[in-house]
Amino acid sequence: MASSTHNYLNHEKGLWSWLTTLDHKRIGIMYMITVLLFFAIGGAFAMLLRTELIAPGETIFGAQLYNQAMTFHGAIMVFMVIIPGIPAFIGNFILPLHIGAADVAFPRLNLLSWYCLIVGAAITFVSLIYHGSDTGWTFYTPYSIETDNGTTWVVLGAFVMGFSSILTGLNFVTTVHKLRCKGMTFFRMPLMVWGLYSTAILQILATPVLGITLLLLAAERILGVGIFDPKLGGDPVLFQHFFWFYSHPAVYIMILPAMGIISELITAFSRKTIFGYRAIAFSSIGIAAVSFFVWGHHMFVSGQSELAGVIFSLLTMLVGVPTAIKTFNWVATLYKGSIQFQSPMLYALGFLFLFTIGGVTGIMLATIGMDVHFHDTYFVVAHFHYVMVGGTLMAIMGGIYYWFPKMFGKMYNELAAQFSFLFIFIGFNVTFFPQFVLGAMGMPRRYFDYLPIYEPLNKVSTMGAYMIGFGFLIGLYVIIDGLLRGPKASDNPWKAKTLEWQTASPPPHENFLTEPEVTAGPYEYR
Amino acid sequence: MFGLIISLLVGKTIKASTFMPVQGSQVAAQVDSLYMFLLVTSAIFCVLVIGGLIYFVLKYRRKSDDDKTAYISHNNFLEFLWSFIPFVLFMVMFGWGWHVFHQMRDFSKDSLEVHAVGQKWFWDFKYKSGKSSAGEFYVPVNTPIKLIMTSKDVLHSFFLPGMRIKQDVIPGRYTALAFTPNKEGTYQVFCTEYCGDQHSSMLAKMKVVSQEEYEQWLQEDATAGLSLVEVGQKVYEQKCAVCHNSNAERKVGPGFAGLYDSERQFADGSSAVADENYIRESILVPNAKVVNGYPPAMPSFQGQLSEDELSGLIEFIKSLK
Repeated sequence: MASSTHNYLNHEKGLWSWLTTLDHKRIGIMYMITVLLFFAIGGAFAMLLRTELIAPGETIFGAQLYNQAMTFHGAIMVFMVIIPGIPAFIGNFILPLHIGAADVAFPRLNLLSWYCLIVGAAITFVSLIYHGSDTGWTFYTPYSIETDNGTTWVVLGAFVMGFSSILTGLNFVTTVHKLRCKGMTFFRMPLMVWGLYSTAILQILATPVLGITLLLLAAERILGVGIFDPKLGGDPVLFQHFFWFYSHPAVYIMILPAMGIISELITAFSRKTIFGYRAIAFSSIGIAAVSFFVWGHHMFVSGQSELAGVIFSLLTMLVGVPTAIKTFNWVATLYKGSIQFQSPMLYALGFLFLFTIGGVTGIMLATIGMDVHFHDTYFVVAHFHYVMVGGTLMAIMGGIYYWFPKMFGKMYNELAAQFSFLFIFIGFNVTFFPQFVLGAMGMPRRYFDYLPIYEPLNKVSTMGAYMIGFGFLIGLYVIIDGLLRGPKASDNPWKAKTLEWQTASPPPHENFLTEPEVTAGPYEYR
Repeated sequence: MFGLIISLLVGKTIKASTFMPVQGSQVAAQVDSLYMFLLVTSAIFCVLVIGGLIYFVLKYRRKSDDDKTAYISHNNFLEFLWSFIPFVLFMVMFGWGWHVFHQMRDFSKDSLEVHAVGQKWFWDFKYKSGKSSAGEFYVPVNTPIKLIMTSKDVLHSFFLPGMRIKQDVIPGRYTALAFTPNKEGTYQVFCTEYCGDQHSSMLAKMKVVSQEEYEQWLQEDATAGLSLVEVGQKVYEQKCAVCHNSNAERKVGPGFAGLYDSERQFADGSSAVADENYIRESILVPNAKVVNGYPPAMPSFQGQLSEDELSGLIEFIKSLK
């Protein structure tokens, strides 16, 4: 078979061939390395934060360092891990394979977007020379205007990274429209592609608003133009409107492709066609559309009018409907399936478990009279992590294990991967469930120090964080061990039906040796 | 079971059944009813989804590698059902939330109005009688209160968990909170909008007391009969302690002990001996001389301290050896 002699990994040799590659699969792998590296850094910050919070008062560092670590944890995890995590890393690798294309529509643009991420990240880390930044990842004005110099760098870094996201989105929309293989109609596309497609629309439409906002902020910091600073006649709340106009759709940039992965995993490991294909596909588009009109739910107590708050509460409720549709369809897919518990499926089931809790608490937060109490408390921190870690990160992990044999032609150690999952899943609940309670009790977020009544639950939470950390260390071992010593994987180890499994593992440089032709849907398990 | 563990862990200040703080007003009770409804509905939903998941996963686990699965592509009635039922529930939640929110934003004309000013990192309160206080304020029970709030520097947020309300406090404009406390006691105030280094120390206490006690407090002159150093100490505790220790140890700014009469090295390379005029200048125009190694973070207290308070503060700093 061609795979044993010639594939995308040995197509060309040397570091230079990687840094100048136009192959979407190689760019995907480069994203994988960068995203995992940033994840390790962001995770290390999380461990430091939780260690500081193990007891009230100063434990390992003071308020200033805590606030900087909190900012870096947030900025790294959002801008460098979960935003590029699925579209740019897994999506890059899988999307052309899923639709039977040889590459994305604009391979050079694809490489450029990787460099945008690297340059943006480098600029962000430059800020460390200037006392870092302590604004939190939200950069709220006017604090972000008057604080230390490092903030300018973090803001500019996020601005440059935004281009990575915009260009990836542009590439994916074009690819989906123009490069589908023969017979690949829209309704024969795997649901992962629908997820990536809706995400790409959000990336193109929302990210420029963040770019403009961050430029305005930088202009205000460097040139002293009055836009958001009341001292210069600006309006600090305007910044929040601009910021959330991007950052709310951004959380769907993070979750929609994750939902795509879950659809793939659930069908593959129950060997059953998806229940409600069209409902799931259209609900992705529905979520993407409504997500532009809900940004004000981050601002219920910001000073916006009561009427605005009520309207945003109503619109936010509407996002719950397509999300509920998806969840029910996934559970229904399991009915009468043939379910196997390999680690990708464990992550998919973990996703359903955690995302359901993240979802219902999201509805609680959308209920305006309730949110006034929960806003800016640990309840929000817990909810956010349940959807972003319990949702997106679970999907990324499941996706890595699922496509690992396709990416590298090797199998990983299944038992170790299941151990890793167990620690991450249990550790996650131990860390974040108590934070719902802390939030109900009124503990505000972004507190380096707290009242003694919050101590016991914070201790529990910190222990859970260490469990997660340990779980990810095992996960790292599984990946490295699989790369070095993994036994050879077959072309289709999971016996899945989508196109990427019909080519060699790892795929040849041109993806498919003969152009595929599709005659049926993506999940024809009969 | 979980509730029992929590209540053992955190004690009586929190209601074990809901984990919510003590209810201080009628609105707080309404929020808690809404919360119970949301909690129970969410729990039922979670049990359905997660329970269904576990049931299916166990019942239909793979028996052999060539299992045949049913080909079930969709069911429009089910899709309708699980869109419509959540939709109706969400609308009920929305309406109820709106109703409760509306009660929170009810500013009655005969409210007792109190001004609150947020500043890094403490809260100042000003009453119409001219009475002012910092870090602590009194309100009479069963009286509608309106807090009129603004900020001197960055965004802050005034959070009263006992009343289940919060509102961002914005420089350059006023925002307001309304509540009617119905239970006497001491209530915690937090700042819930991140505002820099000592954000987590930006706390205050609200005392809800009887009308008589409130009026007595309003009349009383907090500094009457105190020595100058004691006046200074009071000001220090309310406004300075967030950033300055009373010993020599560094906090956000330098510690106060031994500061008086010492040689200060400044960021621009010059130096001076800390006398009364230097301390006065540092309080009123803090960025005129910034001590080497410290950020120019101190806000000006121009116009916020009376001449007596200023002298008292200087005498207090002098007394710290």
